[in-house]
Amino acid sequence: MEEFAALVDALVYTRSRNEKLRLIAEYLRATPDPDRGWALAALADGLDFPAVKSSTIRNLMKDRVDPVLWTLSRDFVGDTAETASLLWPAPEEPPSPPTVSEAVELLSSMNRKSVVTELPRLLDRLDASGRYALLKLATGGMRIGVSSRLAKTAFAQAFDVSVDEVEEYWHGLAAPYPELFDWAAHGKDPPDIENLPTFRPFMLAHPLEETVVDPAEYAAEWKWDGIRVQLVRAGGETRLYSRSGDDISATFPELLDVLPFNAVLDGELLVRGNVQGGEAGGAASFNALQQRLGRKTVSKKMLAEAPAFVRLYDVLIAEGDDLREKDWTSRRAALERLMARLPESHFDLSSLVEARDFEHLAEIREGSRDDAIEGLMLKRKDSPYIAGRRVGYWYKWKRDPLLVDCVLMYAQRGSGKRSSFFSDYTFGCWDGDPDQGADLLPVGKAYSGFTDEELKKLDRHVRSNTVNRFGPVRETDKSLVFEVAFDSVHESKRHKSGLAMRFPRIHRIRWDKPPHEADQIEALRSLVRD
Amino acid sequence: MAAPFSWIKPEPHGIYIEPADCWVDPSRAVGKALVTHGHADHARGGHGQTVATPETLAIMKLRYATSEGATPVEYSETIRLPGGVDATYIPAGHVLGSAQILLEHAGERVIVTGDYKRRADPTCPPFKVTACDIFITEATFGLPVFCHPPIEEEMRKLLDRLAAHPDRCVLVGAYALGKAQRVIAELRKAGHTDPIYLHGAMEKMCRLYEEHGVDLGELRLVADHTREEMRGAIVVCPPSALNDRWSRRLPDPITAMASGWMRVRQRARQRNVELPLVISDHADWSELTRTIREVDAQENWITHGREDALLRWCQLHQRRARALALVGYEDEDD
Repeated sequence: MEEFAALVDALVYTRSRNEKLRLIAEYLRATPDPDRGWALAALADGLDFPAVKSSTIRNLMKDRVDPVLWTLSRDFVGDTAETASLLWPAPEEPPSPPTVSEAVELLSSMNRKSVVTELPRLLDRLDASGRYALLKLATGGMRIGVSSRLAKTAFAQAFDVSVDEVEEYWHGLAAPYPELFDWAAHGKDPPDIENLPTFRPFMLAHPLEETVVDPAEYAAEWKWDGIRVQLVRAGGETRLYSRSGDDISATFPELLDVLPFNAVLDGELLVRGNVQGGEAGGAASFNALQQRLGRKTVSKKMLAEAPAFVRLYDVLIAEGDDLREKDWTSRRAALERLMARLPESHFDLSSLVEARDFEHLAEIREGSRDDAIEGLMLKRKDSPYIAGRRVGYWYKWKRDPLLVDCVLMYAQRGSGKRSSFFSDYTFGCWDGDPDQGADLLPVGKAYSGFTDEELKKLDRHVRSNTVNRFGPVRETDKSLVFEVAFDSVHESKRHKSGLAMRFPRIHRIRWDKPPHEADQIEALRSLVRD
Repeated sequence: MAAPFSWIKPEPHGIYIEPADCWVDPSRAVGKALVTHGHADHARGGHGQTVATPETLAIMKLRYATSEGATPVEYSETIRLPGGVDATYIPAGHVLGSAQILLEHAGERVIVTGDYKRRADPTCPPFKVTACDIFITEATFGLPVFCHPPIEEEMRKLLDRLAAHPDRCVLVGAYALGKAQRVIAELRKAGHTDPIYLHGAMEKMCRLYEEHGVDLGELRLVADHTREEMRGAIVVCPPSALNDRWSRRLPDPITAMASGWMRVRQRARQRNVELPLVISDHADWSELTRTIREVDAQENWITHGREDALLRWCQLHQRRARALALVGYEDEDD
């Protein structure tokens, strides 16, 4: 655990990607099995111990530290694990740290009852750095500036294997990945995943920005407003994966017995409706899909009212045939042939958008607003299917966002890198004419869209214009206008204004604009489409 | 007869002593100011008259280039202000010249600490616990997560890292007044006798410390030396220069920062600090609470910092306390 704790600390303070790779690779080479496998799993995906949650730590701390002092400390530090590691009463015995495997074993054996006595015992065996590393490992996502991809790249570097191969095997295996280390570190055969319904990393798109493409070389498709999914059938089992590779099969059971052959398909998960895409559409808005996301069980009523289907974009593997090396045109042709064997009830094909030239494409994209489509996807016709985001192959060309001028009302401190900065903003629009005494009603929250320099100015604005404090929340004097960009706006019962924005972000900070010139709620309401 | 302590008024811009018509550490120019120490958020220029220790006045003269209306007061010396108010300057252990100010009027005693710490510091005399009725304390590190480790440990970390990278330099961001000189003096104590390189903005303050009897060893200006000469050396600069273009002239610097905030990992990350050194010239949580206990005043007034938590501690320990809402105090660089 000391070595792992030292690695975690070193990673926290290291900026350079190469240095991070070097640190992880060095650790992986020097550490025995299965410790290094657990450590790799913790860094790449985070481990899950059902009995140990952030709330578990909070509760443990509230027995040891005054709850008000705990809350103030947590709010300042911005990270539960770190706050607890700093506030944990120093044990009288000298530390006797467990190995990573021992820690994992102990954490896995805890249940909701035993965790109350077992976790403290484990924490007492560690120093502050060790406690931090243990709590980070125990509560899942480490958030120490190491992405899953970076951890896998470090693994590949440590043992001189290809990172694409690592990605390919990764999702078919489980922590602490003995097969992966046997192959990469001990020279044994690579893991066999052919008969497993495992996730294959998605090919992703870059924003188009200033690039101009020729429709003769690039196929265009609508960018549908659902969630990107991968449907995999192998070894007699079908699974559905989200963009991040999470298994979401249980949430959409209607899709698990409709794929009649072994395949890996890439598409958009949508709910039946008539908002998106008009004639060619047949899909409801994202709002409707959202009602079905994140559920562990699904009621019959839900299945009947909001049936899901997959609009297919691509095929990676069909009946043992790996098509990923082939160009997009060939894969598209293969997909079109497969459509005849897929039930219409649960599948359709994402149609191509025909355009004469780039200007024509731009016109079509502008017109996509009413259809609640996110924009266009542009895919180079000769592009293979490559994991990740590769320049020049796929582009997403989102329609321009909607804009509205709002007034900053409340601010809260951020977490992680932004702890101590007031970086989460709630803003509102006027519920009538502000010159006639109208009030501001909150319409949304945003955490992004500003630079680090702007964040510092915003933080200063909040600190010097606070009129009220409600725990961690500061109410400001409502003197600052944000131009807020968002993708769409929907009716919502969650907000007093009755509206909810989709993906709001700060577009511009209008230091110059007087707040009474900000928009009224009606202006926002007029943009609702469903 | 006036209500108890009605002669002392906490205002947003400082603490006002009504009978004497003067302010303690006002954040804007006033007729007469009592100044605890030379940091810019306590010592502003432009006052008609400034009462402070000779060291603090020297620092202010260096910073504001004027010394009009300067009235020096030595430690332990009492001066009589108009309206029957006596002011005594007592060491605060924060930086060179820093003082707590004891104010006495009509048999009532109030102490304004300015900033203070309880650790030994080779650059200034230690904080002296003094009895009073109202104790106005700072709370910069007023959260129980703040625990400054012994400075020797942090010096060891710094020197170990330096020794491990003889081809690079360690660039230490440290507040130009106080922290920088303390870090240098502590390095000397730890046996580091090599020349230490300074950012230009540090030079005059280091000289001023030396003139006041603080030995800092051999100091060199970065501007006068080549990249090659600075390999394996310690370079000290203001925190603002850490990620500045200025540091490009250095040999592959390892970025360090000496600050109490470095106790929190994310704070170090926000600053792009690779080597956090938890060194502060302010009292940490245990020093703050210990000081409140030792001074044992009837009432504690808490200013600039994390007032809420210290206020809560006072409640839990049945000590009377209130938070003052003073404006203009910055804590980002300590």
